[in-house]
Amino acid sequence: MSTPKVMGSEIEYGITVRGDPDFDPISGCVLLVNAYHEDPTGEILWDYDQENPLADARGFQVDGEKYTPNQQENIARNKTLVNGARYYVDHAHPEYSCPEVTNARDLVIHEKAGERILEASRREANALLPEGTEMLIYKNNSDRKGNSYGCHENYLMDRRTPFKNIVEALLPFFATRQVYCGAGKIGAENRSAAVDYQISQRADFFETEVALDTMVKRPIINTRDEPHADRDKYRRLHVIVGDANLSEYTIYLRNGVTALILSLVEDGGIRKNLSLRDPVKCIQEVSRDPSCRRELSLDDGRQLNAVQLQVEYLEMVLAHYSSRSLDPIDKDVLTRWQHVLECLARDPMELSQQIDWVMKKAMMESFMERRDLDWSSPQVEMLDLQYHDIRPSRGLYYLLERQGRAERIVTDEEIATAVHTPPADTRAYFRGSCIEKYGSAVFGVNWDSISFGVDGQPIKRILMAEPLKGTKRHVDELLGNSPTAGDLVKNLQA
Amino acid sequence: MKILKHIGEPSQPGAVPIYRGAESGTKQQPGKGGGGTEAGDAASSKTMTKKGDKLKEDMDALVDEIDDVLEENAEEFVKNYVQRGGE
Repeated sequence: MSTPKVMGSEIEYGITVRGDPDFDPISGCVLLVNAYHEDPTGEILWDYDQENPLADARGFQVDGEKYTPNQQENIARNKTLVNGARYYVDHAHPEYSCPEVTNARDLVIHEKAGERILEASRREANALLPEGTEMLIYKNNSDRKGNSYGCHENYLMDRRTPFKNIVEALLPFFATRQVYCGAGKIGAENRSAAVDYQISQRADFFETEVALDTMVKRPIINTRDEPHADRDKYRRLHVIVGDANLSEYTIYLRNGVTALILSLVEDGGIRKNLSLRDPVKCIQEVSRDPSCRRELSLDDGRQLNAVQLQVEYLEMVLAHYSSRSLDPIDKDVLTRWQHVLECLARDPMELSQQIDWVMKKAMMESFMERRDLDWSSPQVEMLDLQYHDIRPSRGLYYLLERQGRAERIVTDEEIATAVHTPPADTRAYFRGSCIEKYGSAVFGVNWDSISFGVDGQPIKRILMAEPLKGTKRHVDELLGNSPTAGDLVKNLQA
Repeated sequence: MKILKHIGEPSQPGAVPIYRGAESGTKQQPGKGGGGTEAGDAASSKTMTKKGDKLKEDMDALVDEIDDVLEENAEEFVKNYVQRGGE
């Protein structure tokens, strides 16, 4: 039986200030993150003791400096929110790591709540900027000048599953899932071959198959081994190959299908070897083929296009679950995945209300046709960028959504609720509830711990090694019986 | 459950598209959907033209709306959008 697919997404946003040629992105990010106000406002540390980004899933530890900021800098750069998310400054980008959720639908809700939180803080930050300037935020992955920033997914997995099996199963999957996960962009970067428009924002930046790095020589499979949970039981697969998506439908498939494939790997349901001869070359070729017809060479000598290869995965999932039960969300993901693959096989442009890269392409083509422009026109490049603008009034994805040209998965009410409510069914519930209830008595937080400073006592750190404990069902009574953080610590020790 | 026998090929007439429109009601794409285009079916072709006109009007409206919100000085704006690498 596979491990429940607790998951999350970690999105770095693009940031700029219009009208300020000397804009410094790091101070801009600090301003942005600190402009977001929740009630209660606490000065909570991010607990770096619990982190180890240099551990490699292949079983070794890499030499290097671990980043640990001083206390003041730590508080200025990190916010843990009442919904259980981490909102912080990562290098020169604001990043939103959503709280742990148990399914793709909740993932959509919480990733979308992140967009609203960024937008709320953007508005607050703007009030502090000189007149004539405006901070703008983009949910994308590249400036189209060779600089990329990430959209990472994470999935809880069983430690017993050999990492080698994960790599084998995922390389062909990740090289091709972009046909329904890509966010699309004009042109090429990073010394790759020229193209008018490509499916993925990120494909140009992947240069190797498997590695620990995320900033240089990016790998299709990232080996960072930070389970943020019981190390003996779990691993947490850190996926860096995806694009930052706006379409709910696309986000839903991106996380939902990937979770299904990972469960399949854990259950031993990968019955075919679909290894590609050259996955790195393939990821770029697939991205450059909006027809989705180009054939890729497999190790076994077969030639399949990206859609056919995804169908091979779909068939394995269907075969595996023909005799097992699937929960309703997984079933729905499967249904839509199948639908999307059918459309892609006929004509990808059928997905102009579902899949980001197609939505954006259809919009740009209509615009070019009516205004007699081409892919190199600055207005069309502006369209490309502005699709990802998070201002509801100006962002072109939101314009499509308002016009009923974006198929929705969740409701506005669900998203609004998630801005200040943690998921009820993971430890994020305990984290968020403690911050909401005990505010400044919370001293530090990490994904798998929360510590309290109560009445001059030594700091008390509570470990949360099980992502599926600390849920509403588990802790509501405890929280109800603990009016203060002191009571909570006492009750936990009792 | 055998699916997608003819993936990469056009839909076979009469084939049951198993998941035509997921629960939330994927809209039927105008101009798609394979069958039902017998020659001489005037009524149907009239509907298609109407649909086509509507689609064109919709697209015109979309493009006008984009014009309203698109950043001015696109060339300058796009040129100035420079980020540091991340992750």
